[in-house]
Amino acid sequence: MAIEIQFKDKNFENRSRTADEFAEIALEVRRDVIKSLYLAKSGHSGGSLGMADIFSVLYFGGYLRYNPTEGDWQGRDRFVLSAGHICPVLYSVLSRAGFFPTAELSTLRKWGSRLQGHPGLDVNLPGIESAAGSLGQGVSIAVGMALNHKYLEKDDKLVFTVSGDGELQEGSCWEAAMSAGNYGLDNLCWIVDNNDCQIDGRVADVMSIYPLDKKFEAFNFNVITIDGHDYQQIMTALDTFRENFKNNSGKPTVIIAKTLMGKGVSFMEDNYEWHGNPPNEQQTIDALKEMDS
Amino acid sequence: MSELKKYGYKPTRFGFGHALVELGELHDNVVVLGADITGSVLTSFFKEKFPERFFSIGIAEQNATTIAAGLALSGKIAFFSSYSAFAAFRNADQLRLSVCYNNVNVKIGGGHSGVTVGPDGATHQSLEEVSFLRALPNLTLIVPCDYEEARKATLAVGINPGPAYIRFGRSAVPMFTTKATPFEIGKAQVFNEGTDVAIVACGIVVWEAMLAAEELKKKHGISARVINSPSIKPMDVKTITDAALECGCVVTVEEHQVHGGLGAAVAEVLVKNFPVPMEFVGIPDTFGTSGEPDELLEKFGLTWPTIYASALKAIERKDKGFIGYRLVKDIPQYKENM
Repeated sequence: MAIEIQFKDKNFENRSRTADEFAEIALEVRRDVIKSLYLAKSGHSGGSLGMADIFSVLYFGGYLRYNPTEGDWQGRDRFVLSAGHICPVLYSVLSRAGFFPTAELSTLRKWGSRLQGHPGLDVNLPGIESAAGSLGQGVSIAVGMALNHKYLEKDDKLVFTVSGDGELQEGSCWEAAMSAGNYGLDNLCWIVDNNDCQIDGRVADVMSIYPLDKKFEAFNFNVITIDGHDYQQIMTALDTFRENFKNNSGKPTVIIAKTLMGKGVSFMEDNYEWHGNPPNEQQTIDALKEMDS
Repeated sequence: MSELKKYGYKPTRFGFGHALVELGELHDNVVVLGADITGSVLTSFFKEKFPERFFSIGIAEQNATTIAAGLALSGKIAFFSSYSAFAAFRNADQLRLSVCYNNVNVKIGGGHSGVTVGPDGATHQSLEEVSFLRALPNLTLIVPCDYEEARKATLAVGINPGPAYIRFGRSAVPMFTTKATPFEIGKAQVFNEGTDVAIVACGIVVWEAMLAAEELKKKHGISARVINSPSIKPMDVKTITDAALECGCVVTVEEHQVHGGLGAAVAEVLVKNFPVPMEFVGIPDTFGTSGEPDELLEKFGLTWPTIYASALKAIERKDKGFIGYRLVKDIPQYKENM
């Protein structure tokens, strides 16, 4: 049995939405993730699925300013993916936002593709702000950008970054946190994908990073802990970040998002075995069927 | 002999520090990051002049390098400086991915390089970074020979697009190039004309190569071509190949490990284009140690007498016809295959 993979040619606008609307978008994003990883025959399913809800709100809820027809538009906010391996979810939302055709999602990880296994700038994919893949670097890139907007350009641009939770075992993440707190970067929003899974097992079993809230608080962060699949909580957290920026709080924001690895595909959920694997043909059929039901 | 004369002593780091201020005056988008020790690598000059464009990151080279990349991705020309022992190795991953793969305007000033850091000892005597750095795609790598060249090199990499690394030192060393001496990224300069042996050098030991050339002339009537090759990457292939063609043997000189440094880069060029006998003057696969700068240069064989002896040896090998082809063609098992 062979399955035919097609990517629905449908874009979404970036505007205020209800939870139901986000659910519909996130479902399409999850389908993209499953399909592109199936075609790629390798890649990271679990984290990509787990962050589909947050990426959907960020890119289609009016929280991130961008121009899909002009990737390097000067008026844009910055989004820096630090956990480069979950790029399938980023590629999906970028294509659904109109940065490039959705059909290009079928080229993930293939020779000549702009959708590299981990993002790179050399392939000129609009919407990508930095290469990512060696963990613990994107967060410092974001600090650099936030310093630029707060102290040099002195404008109203916001900088968002997404890191993993296992990623926080990289010591340089805490150098980034220290500097964000030191410079009071209230234009920086750091989202931690806290699914408590990494390749070798539970984060706490590999090397505990907890308590996360207290660690970030100690670095002068405004800490918000949410259910990363609850659209209302995601929106409220992002609204709080914007308020903190507008009020010159002098504190960077961290959103610790409790997520489920593999969310939306029952046999992948909360199973760290799915950190770095793609679905095979039968699993793809099963996953897509589950999403359609 | 060469028209270049020694006219004083100054550390190369002053060239870097002064040029940063010049760059800051010329370009509003030049920013500088410090990881403590700003008074040692002399980013302090910029800090005093342009405090609003200077960011103190603390003793955190990984973060500083990556923040620099974030600033560069935002349209800034971001300089970061620390000692080479920390500005090339502690942040190696960040240099590779966030700076070089992103191909952004991050310029690293690697200070206190080589054994001439002196008493601080092996931990602070960076002797390996050229080897690592020249393997990084997109990176421009410059090792200036004196104060004036360090100044010119800093100004040049500041406006040259893409990542760059400038290697400079702590101690006062001879000044002999002038404002009129040409400097261009990717170009080597012939500092002394000659046809018997070519001495290719970079960094503060170029002056020792000049002294060796003078002694060779005086004692043996040998004319040594001294080539200053500050641009390790990109390398001036033509000037170096021409030197091999016209002189027939080459000596390389550097305040760095012989493995993977300038000598290796020159060897790569010559093996491909025109192999000739080569001698390598540099650190022979060992760590440094405490001592006074001049004493260390002498003990590690980085002064003119070693260069002089190596030149004589290279010439002897050339005269014996000891080049690769002639060597292997008489060995039976190679003969069968030829």
